[in-house]
Amino acid sequence: MSPRQVTVDGNEAAARIAHLTNEVIAIYPITPASPMGEWADDWSATGVKNLWDTVPQVIEMQSEGGAAGAIHGALQTGALATSFTASQGLLLMIPNMYKIAGELTSTVLHVAARSLAVQALSIFGDHSDVMACRATGYAMLCSASVQEVQDFALIAQAATLVGRIPFLHFFDGFRTSHEIDKIYQVDHDTARAMLDEDLVVAHRRRALTPDRPVLRGSSQNPDVYFQGRESTNRYYAELPDLIAQVMARFGRLSGRHYGLFEYVGAPDAERVVMLMGSGIGAAEETVDTLVTRGEQVGLIKVRLFRPFSPRHLLAALPESVKSIAVLDRTKEPGADGEPLYKDVVTALAQAFAAGERTPMPQIIGGRFGLSSKEFTPGMVARVLAELTQERPKNPFTIGIHDDVNYLSLDWDAKFRPDAAHAVTRCIFYGLGSDGTVSANKNAIRIIGEATDQQVQGYFQYDSKKAGAITVSHLRYGMQAIRSTYLIGDGEADFVACHQPNFLARQDVLGKATPEGTFLLNSPVAPDAVWDSLPRHVQQQIVDKRLTMHVIDAYDIAGRNNLGRRINTIMQVCFFAITGVLDIGEAIARIKAMVEKTYGRKGRRLLERNFAAIDAALAGLHAVAVPAQVSSQIEMPPVVAANAPAFVRDVTAKLIAGRGDSLPVSAISADGTWPLGTAAYEKRQLALEIPRWEMDLCTHCGKCPLVCPHAAIRAKAFDAELAAGAPAGFLHTQIKGGKDFPPGTHISYQVAPDDCTGCGLCVEICPIRDRQNPQRKALNMVPIAAHREVEQANWDFFLGLPEFDRTTLKETTLKGAMIMQPLFEFSGACVGCGETPYIKLATQLFGDRMLIANATGCSSIYGGNLPTTPYTTNPDGRGPAWNNSLFEDNAEFGMGMRVAVDTQAEHARELLRKLAGEVDEALVEATLSAEQQSEAEIVEQRDRVESLKAKLATSSHPAARTLEGIADYLVKKSVWLIGGDGWAYDIGYGGVDHVLASGRDVNILVLDTEVYSNTGGQTSKATPLGAVAKFSAGGKPVVKKDLAMMAMAYGNVYVAQVAYGAKDVQVLRAFLDAESYPGPSLIIAYSPCIAHGIDLSDNLRQQGLAVNAGHWGLFRYDPRKTASGDNPLHLDSPEPNIPYRDFALSETRFAMLERTRPQVAEHFMKAAQRQIKNRFHFYEQLAHLAVGNNKDE
Amino acid sequence: MNLTTNWLGLELQNPLVPSASPLSRSLDSAKALEDAGAGAIVMYSLFEEAVRAEEEGMSRFMHEQETGSAEAESFLPSHQDFPGELDRYLEQIASLKATLDIPIVASLNGVTASGWMTHAKEIADAGADALELNAYYVAADIWEEGHYVEQRYITLLNELQQQVSIPINMKLSPFFSSIGNMVKKLEMAGASGVSLFNRFYQPDIDIGGMRLQHVLTPTHSADALLTMRWIAMLHGRVECSLGATGGVHAAEDAIKVLLAGSDVVHLCYALLNNGPEEIGRIKKGIGEWMEQHGFEQLSDFRGSLSQVNVQDPAEYERLNYIRVLGSYDSPGGVWR
Repeated sequence: MSPRQVTVDGNEAAARIAHLTNEVIAIYPITPASPMGEWADDWSATGVKNLWDTVPQVIEMQSEGGAAGAIHGALQTGALATSFTASQGLLLMIPNMYKIAGELTSTVLHVAARSLAVQALSIFGDHSDVMACRATGYAMLCSASVQEVQDFALIAQAATLVGRIPFLHFFDGFRTSHEIDKIYQVDHDTARAMLDEDLVVAHRRRALTPDRPVLRGSSQNPDVYFQGRESTNRYYAELPDLIAQVMARFGRLSGRHYGLFEYVGAPDAERVVMLMGSGIGAAEETVDTLVTRGEQVGLIKVRLFRPFSPRHLLAALPESVKSIAVLDRTKEPGADGEPLYKDVVTALAQAFAAGERTPMPQIIGGRFGLSSKEFTPGMVARVLAELTQERPKNPFTIGIHDDVNYLSLDWDAKFRPDAAHAVTRCIFYGLGSDGTVSANKNAIRIIGEATDQQVQGYFQYDSKKAGAITVSHLRYGMQAIRSTYLIGDGEADFVACHQPNFLARQDVLGKATPEGTFLLNSPVAPDAVWDSLPRHVQQQIVDKRLTMHVIDAYDIAGRNNLGRRINTIMQVCFFAITGVLDIGEAIARIKAMVEKTYGRKGRRLLERNFAAIDAALAGLHAVAVPAQVSSQIEMPPVVAANAPAFVRDVTAKLIAGRGDSLPVSAISADGTWPLGTAAYEKRQLALEIPRWEMDLCTHCGKCPLVCPHAAIRAKAFDAELAAGAPAGFLHTQIKGGKDFPPGTHISYQVAPDDCTGCGLCVEICPIRDRQNPQRKALNMVPIAAHREVEQANWDFFLGLPEFDRTTLKETTLKGAMIMQPLFEFSGACVGCGETPYIKLATQLFGDRMLIANATGCSSIYGGNLPTTPYTTNPDGRGPAWNNSLFEDNAEFGMGMRVAVDTQAEHARELLRKLAGEVDEALVEATLSAEQQSEAEIVEQRDRVESLKAKLATSSHPAARTLEGIADYLVKKSVWLIGGDGWAYDIGYGGVDHVLASGRDVNILVLDTEVYSNTGGQTSKATPLGAVAKFSAGGKPVVKKDLAMMAMAYGNVYVAQVAYGAKDVQVLRAFLDAESYPGPSLIIAYSPCIAHGIDLSDNLRQQGLAVNAGHWGLFRYDPRKTASGDNPLHLDSPEPNIPYRDFALSETRFAMLERTRPQVAEHFMKAAQRQIKNRFHFYEQLAHLAVGNNKDE
Repeated sequence: MNLTTNWLGLELQNPLVPSASPLSRSLDSAKALEDAGAGAIVMYSLFEEAVRAEEEGMSRFMHEQETGSAEAESFLPSHQDFPGELDRYLEQIASLKATLDIPIVASLNGVTASGWMTHAKEIADAGADALELNAYYVAADIWEEGHYVEQRYITLLNELQQQVSIPINMKLSPFFSSIGNMVKKLEMAGASGVSLFNRFYQPDIDIGGMRLQHVLTPTHSADALLTMRWIAMLHGRVECSLGATGGVHAAEDAIKVLLAGSDVVHLCYALLNNGPEEIGRIKKGIGEWMEQHGFEQLSDFRGSLSQVNVQDPAEYERLNYIRVLGSYDSPGGVWR
């Protein structure tokens, strides 16, 4: 029987072997390794057993450090245990890795290798993380393809039992972890035959047990520690041969043969390239091509990096080799070469010195592929060509343009390996939410399963969470596909554009090959579609002689009640046009996939999808392509012509997807980027925007508060300033006029190109027309008829001066919402529940705010390029932001506070010292300023400006120092922002410590009750009974009461808030927290798509959560005790609707009702009891008499 | 004392049949109903809207989770084995059949002849002894003529018949121009029985919040009078089974509808309020009444006060209306 072939990605391939060969799996989510944990959890949750016929226990820990500790414990207690991780997570495991290796413990850690956070975080792939582990004592085995991921996962598991050395099995994040390939699946018999049962028993025999007690982990003194470290040498010395034997055994069982170092290329090669990981695919294609063309070149595939075995390397390297280029996918600043390069140099130098190898080849080292930077055959060819130089560049980089250090090699982007012509290449541009990626994954599986062809699928995603654009790259052909790079310009035989508006924004057809095929989804009729195309698109179609097809997939989807889900319709067109499969069979298989998805539970959905699939072919039309270009539609500029130079020169390229072309000089060396760039990225996502009805509006300020993207604004201004307003600009006399000068008008204005159309502003609007209750003071209207008018209005609105903050009543929503938000147009989800809180903080304190932001959603929509939503006010002030790590954010923020305090104190000291040099009255006023109100802060700023002017004229040496730090005399507001994954789990130790420090920091926890950014994994904030990833059976314990824990300190200001339930309380809490001169903690309820709700219901869900008592609103202000008042004030009433009514309105709870009704019922009752008890507990606390502390 | 009755072609030990209610969701309470003496059980309804909403929700939140983010392809765990509303219903039929000896009548609640009707076949396959269709249709379109509304019921029945061969009972509302004719047409179209009457839960208005609110108002014995009248008018004129539903709270109510001619008496609020044991009490009450009146079996008196059997058939028609109005006295202080 031939081995079974499956179409899977690298993560699934690794996870399957890990799950099959282990008993304990400790996990923690991190991109791009999270899916491995999710697969393992899913399999265990559904009872999938391992080789020993038991279901592995999957446990989620509070951090990767925790996971490593749990694995260490499990291993020491005799279990076969594993974990999955990447990047910072791997760094957190390092201490335990030393221990595990030091104790000669058999285990495999699977790593989807990813960049480390340095000048910036990056989720993409390189070897920086694994290279940081090379001293731990783990063996390091690298897979270069999905097939190898599976095979090496098993080889590593077998070898670790044989050699007792733990293994770090790694493969490239995204390029391999997320690439879908057709592979031969290892069956259970092979897996069983690979693992020697005696060795498993031996592993168990080494376990700690009170039945055979021993002690490990002793503390040793200078007398023996050194000897102990040397005692393991033989295990490392023997390991390479043992691994080779295990590989040989695997080869006999599977027919797939591997070596520690494998050579391919000309037998008489003189030039060789050497590397690890997915780049091997591109390198092999290139070497094959060059050898065919008569070049004496070769490739060494490095599989085993640690223990590094010079003997095996030399055995693989042809004697004829004269020069070697060693490529490292990592960077070690300050080293005189990257790790693999140095090992190779040492190995050959030692062999040469020992007389085992002559002549000594010339060896150069280069860096490539950091953060999944493309690594193409053109680059490989260029590296090999460099070896022909008499003095090749060393070190060098390949893949970037380095105009600062001049290390980079230029390459021929048009170089194509012969293998490129053996496959069909297809590329699809889709929206993140329209199902394009999942449809393409299905398509690649269909081709893989229905034909003998090899397949490859790779998907480019977006860092935006709303309106994300995806690009799917599909290859298929009869030969093995090793093209581990994107489909390049002019290469795609088939280009599909699933969204017609992409044509005007992206170079969609740049990828198309001459004589290729173009499929467009467009609402325009086939005979008119040509005229609807932008000029440059027409030009490409004509120049490349493309065949064009069009379909109105939205129409077909709409007619079949599929909304905007066009994926299956487009899939049919792909199969029909490419003919890769008989169309009848393709349709049958697409339907089978749909049926598998929905099953009999979604009969109507099946009917709709089937109807749409059947209608697709009839809707697909060939477009007659004229010989001449006729369109006058030009591609609009990426950013406005009046944008700052940096935005035009750098940001615009990032937005347009041309960031690869930016040279080193364009990028700051220390990771510094300007604010305010999101305002230039006009994404035009909304189909509908809100329209203001002035006659009804009461100017309550609720709409700007709830807007997740700061796309609806309020501004107050002197009516005379509106004299030159565009005709459509709406403004009216402000209501509640006593707080404003006479003649003050107000405008509520939408930013039409930045609004995402979520409709929450309309949802929150409390004012209805009594004659026509359907009409509110805000109503959504289709954007088409309003865009141009509102664009002009928005520009005018921006040009109006900001209202004098010092006169605004910030305790009212109306007043606070007139303040300028300094956080706008982020990449957060449509209807995001987190961003309104951040926006509010920037409105109130943004011009003096320092933000420490934990890694997570808020650091991605807050700090992921191409643009930043944090911005400045007209004075140039705004939030200063940094993201250190996930786990250390509280400490990071506290460091900011301490630095501010230290420098402010130093400034005060110098001020006193220099009192004679400057105005004494000014000094006294500056030192004694309370800075409690906005006006007082502005006054202090003025004093500091005067002070600096006076200092400039002073020759006192201390004056220079004071000039540099005088700004710290103005109050600074330090905010520590992050999600519940940070505050409840990985960063809790730090949060706790900072709360205990008494320092004046403001901690804002955006509580979505799961790890949102990595895809909804359980945190300790996840409520009882909620289904989340890693809690497929419902979370069995109650949510941690973080507020109560913080209140226990007694000197921490604590508030629990939900803006959709009680907005004024949120405002009050933010003002209280900031004014409190000690640590403050605001825990903010943040509905999230991970709750299984539509975020257009965000506000309703907040109301339900509060009314059901799931989310109590309160404020705990320690200042109150001074006046004898109880510090705790409850802001929400006793729960007044059943918990069930809230819970069943969210899929995260409701799905358990389906899967485990009895368990769900148990949780439901337990949660109801707990809510009741907690409310009464809080109520009692709030009513406790507090002693009068005045006399103390 | 013999209380056996034939309903929808099924032999029941007695005519007391709990109507569609949450009591059949749990095996324990269903068993308690049987132990208390239920003749058969009509299961809780499988709502067309619930099935549809679940499909939509599942599609939206389970199958369409991708957003295009590189870090998260989904946000909730995938559940290939996610059992739907229908699965649970089918499982419950099978469990009830395995646990109880009395007939189990499944209940479908819906108004459109679309894909969900195919569920009927699975329901029959799961072992249901009969199927009740509760067509809860509010004819809100003022341009929809009465005969179209009536035809909708016939069409639904026909659709169901194409799917199943088990008996079908139609649960009807009283809002037809000619109820008797409607029942006759359904009988001719193949209905094995009708239950009279379904109640529409009427929305209320919250005058404080100026919005609609939905409240559940329990039935009262007085509600049984409308049912009783129409059972009485139809008994002996149609051959299909007649079930009395709505307002039966006590043995007296049950005896009345039996006298009017119903084959079964459906109970709902009486059981929700007082527990399954209420069946036993009502059954005992019927037995005692029969004993007092010397009846040995149901057929001795069932329908004896139906329209075809009463001395003055007009009693059930307008004359009754005139008499009732004439007998009404306003409370003191109200001028009339």
